[in-house]
Amino acid sequence: MREIFSGIFAIFGKDLLCELRTKEVATSVLVFALLVVVIFNFAFESGGDTAGLVAPGILWVAFIFAGVLGLNRTFATEKENSSLEGLMLCPVERYVIYLGKLAGSFTFMLVVEVIITPVFLVLFNLPLFLPGLVLVIVLATLGFTSVGTLFSALSANTKARDIMLPILFLPIVVPVLIAAVKATEVVLDGGTWGDMATWLQIIIAFDVIFLVISVLVFEFVVEE
Amino acid sequence: MNENGGPSTEWAIEARGLAKSFGNVRALEGIDLAVKRGDRLTVFGPNGAGKTTLIKLLSTLSRPSAGKVLLEGLDIRKAPERSRSRLGVVSHSTFLYSNLTVSENLRFYGRMYGVTNLEQRIRDVISQVQLLPRLQDRVGTLSRGMQQRVAIARAVLHDPPVMLLDEPETGLDPHAVSIMRDVLEPFTSGERTVVMTTHNLERGLELADRVVILHKGRLVYQASRKEIDAASFRETYHRCTGAGT
Repeated sequence: MREIFSGIFAIFGKDLLCELRTKEVATSVLVFALLVVVIFNFAFESGGDTAGLVAPGILWVAFIFAGVLGLNRTFATEKENSSLEGLMLCPVERYVIYLGKLAGSFTFMLVVEVIITPVFLVLFNLPLFLPGLVLVIVLATLGFTSVGTLFSALSANTKARDIMLPILFLPIVVPVLIAAVKATEVVLDGGTWGDMATWLQIIIAFDVIFLVISVLVFEFVVEE
Repeated sequence: MNENGGPSTEWAIEARGLAKSFGNVRALEGIDLAVKRGDRLTVFGPNGAGKTTLIKLLSTLSRPSAGKVLLEGLDIRKAPERSRSRLGVVSHSTFLYSNLTVSENLRFYGRMYGVTNLEQRIRDVISQVQLLPRLQDRVGTLSRGMQQRVAIARAVLHDPPVMLLDEPETGLDPHAVSIMRDVLEPFTSGERTVVMTTHNLERGLELADRVVILHKGRLVYQASRKEIDAASFRETYHRCTGAGT
């Protein structure tokens, strides 16, 4: 068990260090997500009825597009100098590589969300302290990145990986995105925990199912 | 340990009926190969002969379509993690991260291999490849030859008993090749078992205790180095492969 966590942390630490050096993912993803939120804010008058209706969708559109941009880079960096082969030569189970990469993708996306969400709430005149929203974002991001990391590995071996990733994985994550948008809508409307329980259960079920599936199939995705 | 967890065999590597297909293309077919502990095997063959595919199968990077590989008696498909911990692989790709420094790259791989006393070990291996002054430099700022020397340090960091070298001199200029030979020498001698693929007949013979030639995915020649006349080996190679080198 110690070797498993040691491997996961080593990969996570390496990805973090690479990103701190280059800042190529964080910068592009953050700028893109901010632009989406700001542009939609201009399109829909803040505080109006329309804004209240579309706000949850706008927030998740920003996260999805930013997430796809970031996930595209998850395994693309491992193709340079064939370092994915270097990782695969390490004496760890294949799923350790998956979990290490997932930890990185999940953290990067959470960092972007931590910055974007307050900006979004201010622009749309919504309250800043929403614990329910934090829970929805964390759980839905886990589901989104768990599938995205798997498909990032799959698309990294294709020529048109930038196009292949969204085509392959967005249809799969539709259930978690719909549940996330609906749960966010409940939170922004001032609903109770009970009101969003069904949506949270869907998100948690999605997270568990796709985490287990991804761990099981990852070795078949990365091996020839 | 053998595949049943028993005592070790005298063979470092045994390949039995090894085959690999990509769709309808047979990259390797019916490869039977045995390398004794401490022996150095050179695999020759023209482009597309299946040399890299063979290294990928031996190193668990690829699954065989048929047959099996035993590493020190251990079936590598049944115990892939234990097998990989006993392998060091140097390829024409370095497997290094160009944005990280030499020490950060080695520290990362050292953690993945569970190397004890890691900082000292990093200094030892990087000294052996004569790059200690560049330890804190980013890999991307090093020349191709230096990067390949860091790749050797990465491969031997966990002191593996078996080394697989897949055309390690590809893309290097003659001066870098010469330095590489000096650097590789201590890692490929002694009790370590070495399998190397190369196009370079002279270099391959120089290193080998045993030689095999692959052609179109099949093993068409194998002999002990002692049985080979270096002067006429080029002719043998041409006859086996029907191609120049």
